[in-house]
Amino acid sequence: MRSALTLRNIVTAALVIGLVLLPLYVALTGDRFVLILFTRIVILAMAAVSLNLILGYAGMMSFGHAAFLGLGGYTTAILSFEGVHSGFLQWPAAIAVSALFALAVGALSLRTRGVYFIMITLAFAQMAYYMASGMARYGGDDGLSLESRSTFAGLLNLSNKTTFYYVCLALLLGTILLVWRLTNSRFGMVLQGVRSNESRMSAIGYPTFRYKLTAFVIAGTLCGLAGALIANHTDFVSPSMMFWTRSGDLIVMVVLGGMGTLFGPVFGALALLFLEQFLPTLINMAVRPFNPAGAAKAGEYWQLVLGPLLLFIVLFARGGIDGLLKKLGGKHSSHE
Amino acid sequence: MSKRKTDPILQVENLQKRFGGIIATDDLSLNVAAGELHAIIGPNGAGKTTLIAQLSGQFKPDSGRIYFAGDDITALAPYKRSSLGLARSFQITSLFLDLSVLDNVALAVQAHAGHSFHFWKNARKEDALRIPARAALERAGLIGRADWPAAALSHGEHRQLELAMALAGEPRMLLLDEPMAGLGPEESARMVAMLRALKAELTILLVEHDMEAVFALADRITVLVYGRVIASGTPNEIRANAQVREAYLGEAEVAHV
Repeated sequence: MRSALTLRNIVTAALVIGLVLLPLYVALTGDRFVLILFTRIVILAMAAVSLNLILGYAGMMSFGHAAFLGLGGYTTAILSFEGVHSGFLQWPAAIAVSALFALAVGALSLRTRGVYFIMITLAFAQMAYYMASGMARYGGDDGLSLESRSTFAGLLNLSNKTTFYYVCLALLLGTILLVWRLTNSRFGMVLQGVRSNESRMSAIGYPTFRYKLTAFVIAGTLCGLAGALIANHTDFVSPSMMFWTRSGDLIVMVVLGGMGTLFGPVFGALALLFLEQFLPTLINMAVRPFNPAGAAKAGEYWQLVLGPLLLFIVLFARGGIDGLLKKLGGKHSSHE
Repeated sequence: MSKRKTDPILQVENLQKRFGGIIATDDLSLNVAAGELHAIIGPNGAGKTTLIAQLSGQFKPDSGRIYFAGDDITALAPYKRSSLGLARSFQITSLFLDLSVLDNVALAVQAHAGHSFHFWKNARKEDALRIPARAALERAGLIGRADWPAAALSHGEHRQLELAMALAGEPRMLLLDEPMAGLGPEESARMVAMLRALKAELTILLVEHDMEAVFALADRITVLVYGRVIASGTPNEIRANAQVREAYLGEAEVAHV
């Protein structure tokens, strides 16, 4: 039952190897843009993997996950603004702030279920968004630039794009490893039981609230760390990174890639950011032969194509990209 | 564990439960001896499921006491009762349908194995969970389906899985709420055989509509009507009881069994 050479495993391995070797390709071609794009993909994949822990494995439909990206990012940027540049201080602070916020939001929102849970997590994220907009000292609506990237006492130079990429990739792979261990542990079995049938879990003696809260805090913390990375990547933070559509993007990555699968969110982040990047060009190219003047304008409507595409995947490829790979790979049963 | 038939393992004293104007449990007293299979029968609305719900802790009685193995459990939360060894299977099957059959039972084992804040070790490879889970599946006759997704089982197998989950905590007593409901004749016969094997090992309180099964299995039977005990005794005594015949059992059915 555990044959290793399935299509899904091959594609996943190829993805990891490709990510590891990417800087080599960049060195050979001199294509800096690809490295910047992939750094962003890797960071957002990490955020999506963290969301997947609660959304995919525990069935908690959190609609405010981008708030943690913002909290981690703002913590980093504000410390930098106040003259603290050491990553040894910034990053643990980003983690601590996200963990505390997750603890507070989780403690209140996890007492509700379904639509109420979605609305409360959304409300908290919007609250964080408006708070960031209101911080005049830190740029308000206009956001805040980082004076310099986080420093690590000369051990790592994050201004080097290749070094920074590898730091992000290492943290993504570390996050995946952590989620893998977590979801297969006793704790993870409880989360999956909660997703499947929470009232039965209570009936057989699990105090489900504390397990859900723990998962929520772990997910928020990991996403906060991804936020510290994003701030370093763009050298800039702004309230818009916490806007509710950003939380929506993270959900789309998880659903598109495959909920409750280890590498699904990575596929999802890759696919969504690729579409975001290249759909406008593709549409532009497709329209040009018919209407050369309007082609550039048509590219702006790429979301009109993205929407139905997502709808199609949700309707016909349940299990997302990961599920599709499994299906194409052949007769594997749904459990393993 | 030695089984002395005389020790009551479960004692219910003057239990009372109202829902608005309706008396669901009316001054009900009941003793279940250790090692016996005690059946509760009664027409629809007699308060059988309400009784089970109070015994398992899902409902709190308005007054009266419940003792299990000498402990007063009247106010105890459901999961604490199950950790004392009083397990319940549900009338409406409520499983983890997207998990495997073995995972379902392993989750029930894990519920009795202390807290679950273990974050690193692979729970699917832990003997402490998997061996008892397999043993419970074996006893419930479902070991052949261990790796199936629970959703793929038949209705009868779902009931067996319910039973396996109740057995997973190594209970001293089982509360079974209509385990035969909705089963075909073959599946019912299999369930009866299974319960007969189980009753040698633990105490069972069985609520069941299937009279044939009840009279085949029970050591003692208690008859409820409108939340009251109208008779309690061996199957032969119940069969001969005029009040029971009148209130509940059709003459034909009694003759039949």
